[in-house]
Amino acid sequence: MKITLKVQRFNPQIDMEPHYNSFTIEVEPNERILDCLNKIRWTQDSSLAFRMSCAHGICGSDGLTINNQSALACQKLVKDYDYTKEIVIEPLKYFEVVKDLIVNLNPFFERIESITPKEASNPSIFMLEQERIQTIEERRRFDDALKCILCGCCYGACPVMTEQDQEFIGPAAILREQRYIFDSRTTTINERLQILKKPHGVWGCKSYYVCTVVCPKNIKVTEAILRTKKKIIQEQSKVK
Amino acid sequence: MIHEYDVVIIGGGIAGLYTALTVAENVKVAVISKVHVTRSHSVAAQGGIAACLGNEEEDHWEWHMYDTVKGSDYLADQNAVEVLTKEAPNAIYKLEHMGVPFSRNAQGKIEQRRFGGHTKNFGEAPIKRAGYASDRTGRAIMDTLYDRCLQKGVTFHNEIFIQHLLFALNNCCGATGYDIATSAPQVFHAKAVVLATGGSGKIYKTTSNGYASTGDGFALALDALLPLEDMEFIQFHPTGIYGLGILISEAARAEGGVLRNGLGERFMERYAPTLKDLAPRDIVSRAILKEISNGKGIDGKDYVYLDLREIGKERLNQKLPEITSFIQTYLGIDPSEKQIPVAPTCHYIMGGIPTDIEGHVLADKAGTILPGLYAAGECACVSVHGANRLGCNSLIDLVVFGGRTGLSILKEIKARIVQPIPVQAESIVMDKISSLIESKGVECIAILRENMQRLMTEQCSVFRNGQVLAQTLLVIRQLKKRALNVGLVNKSRIFNYELQEALELNNMLRIAEVIVHSALQRKESRGAHFRGDYPERNDEEWLKHTFVNETPTGLKESYKPLSTGRFTLEKRRY
Repeated sequence: MKITLKVQRFNPQIDMEPHYNSFTIEVEPNERILDCLNKIRWTQDSSLAFRMSCAHGICGSDGLTINNQSALACQKLVKDYDYTKEIVIEPLKYFEVVKDLIVNLNPFFERIESITPKEASNPSIFMLEQERIQTIEERRRFDDALKCILCGCCYGACPVMTEQDQEFIGPAAILREQRYIFDSRTTTINERLQILKKPHGVWGCKSYYVCTVVCPKNIKVTEAILRTKKKIIQEQSKVK
Repeated sequence: MIHEYDVVIIGGGIAGLYTALTVAENVKVAVISKVHVTRSHSVAAQGGIAACLGNEEEDHWEWHMYDTVKGSDYLADQNAVEVLTKEAPNAIYKLEHMGVPFSRNAQGKIEQRRFGGHTKNFGEAPIKRAGYASDRTGRAIMDTLYDRCLQKGVTFHNEIFIQHLLFALNNCCGATGYDIATSAPQVFHAKAVVLATGGSGKIYKTTSNGYASTGDGFALALDALLPLEDMEFIQFHPTGIYGLGILISEAARAEGGVLRNGLGERFMERYAPTLKDLAPRDIVSRAILKEISNGKGIDGKDYVYLDLREIGKERLNQKLPEITSFIQTYLGIDPSEKQIPVAPTCHYIMGGIPTDIEGHVLADKAGTILPGLYAAGECACVSVHGANRLGCNSLIDLVVFGGRTGLSILKEIKARIVQPIPVQAESIVMDKISSLIESKGVECIAILRENMQRLMTEQCSVFRNGQVLAQTLLVIRQLKKRALNVGLVNKSRIFNYELQEALELNNMLRIAEVIVHSALQRKESRGAHFRGDYPERNDEEWLKHTFVNETPTGLKESYKPLSTGRFTLEKRRY
């Protein structure tokens, strides 16, 4: 069958503003949106720029805005959309567009780096010849956060980031911090809580739940953020 | 632009990051990656990492070593396998102390499960040896290593495509490539260079590998006139989702899944009476294809079923959540209710750049060390996997030999003299890019690539035959010739993926030729290399490693004796 993709284009050497190109391609309903984009690149317009790698939702390369919602192109199939109409493909929102569907992810990875305490205990001193014990229950407390693949879909969807506070640390960074704060083995919990308490930190989250809705890995992101907020308050009341 | 480092690591998967972490406190180190580092294909590793922790039942490194050697069809170097299996437990403890979130058993220890070819007491029965983090083991290890690298100040150069290694006075002194965002040349000057570029599954049509797995590190080695070892040994994982090739981990069978043919028979009982569905991958893949060629595929078609229904919904969600979820996404199937169509998918290359057990790249079969150049991970051939790798042995290989590579760099780097960068380091890349962009060629990359992938899948996968291989070699050479005449429609220098794909195609065709050449020469069947015209293993003539070099007159093969030892040759029965 034939479907049409309306794809946002931007060539920084020519264009002042992004514009759209429509491409009609022959596909099966079960094909991935990523397969559609590849068909365009390989048979119609080799200049179309987008990122991809694993093609099955684990590497996080192909976060895009599809019909106005953040999603992974390799995880969405044609039949997931009303393909009798144009399917609109745009880059992830919030980020600066570099070319076509490619965005500058530096602000994302810089935030992931910013939540990592530099003075953390030194892994090279690990001389122990056995593992640390962690119960199944202790392990479960941060299991959900481990699903995160750093695709950035939540940043493209978060109303705080896109509309209110550009400097907000963002859902994925808080989620990653939550993963460590709730891990019984972590020795830097206080440092990590301090990082989250900074301006534009965890309190920037207004619980819109959009990150939770769009997360390609179905992570309960907002709940993880709320748990982290609760932890901060609990720790503060302990100090008093 | 010229970047100065002590150590430069090409490739940001687990091998690359682990090597980086090992050296980071003492030297200035950079990891260079064609994709963002966190996208490296190590993240796709699902099932587990092997070590005789003995957390579930009695285990010994000698048992692990025996399984690995037997699994390799006796082509692995036993000195290397001994190192791997002896050092595996401590390597896992170290990962645990870094923060890797392993799944836990009732005692709070790292939980372990069964995996293909891993047995107790030298082949008696399956053993629980695979430590894991549900079915996201690779992702869990990668994320932890990435965070540790950030902590230790490792520099990442993302989306840089390396084109050549740099040498001065026969010493490796860096690498040169270009920034995918701008096409600007990027030269990395260093005292030590590590290749950790992973595999080349994209040479095949159906593969579990990501788009980035185009064998670039192998091409860098060939380019430096280095040999490639045992490249005929390509692993086809038995259970790729039919058509898509997406991997369903062996863990699915470890947790109780079974393979069924069109008659509903659990056919692996006939091929491997003891280990059944948990036989090594080469054996299971051949069994599946034999069932199919005997008309016992599902409805006579070219796939069989993986039946996970016995595992039950709750256990599937607990032990195999990722797999359960993507089966739902791509097939619309709930694996607790319906069977999954599967067929073998190109997964892993046992061969690679020859190294010793300290990570040094060897320049020839005599074992001459090339100063300054190291390799680790899938792109390296130590060889611990021989003719067939066991599941869960790749992740442990990355960590053990990534770590050893780092340690030998630390030992040797102080004595290394900084060699100057060759003057043409930038221009060689600029010229390469310009000549492609300005080429008046007429050949289309996508068409050549599809031809190669189809050809390799049809003629050089699980079952091989001399006549067919000889034919295939000629066609690959024609494709190589045609690839010299590709023309790019896209002339932009900003994120020009057509340019990148042209360069990758050249790399893949070079590697494909080496694979087919190596396979044609090896006139026996061993591990993943099965020749219909030579269906038996021939230890008298072929218990040796293949070395292939590019020469001005074409590919030249030679052979290197292997390191035998503790375990003597046996017929492989499971």
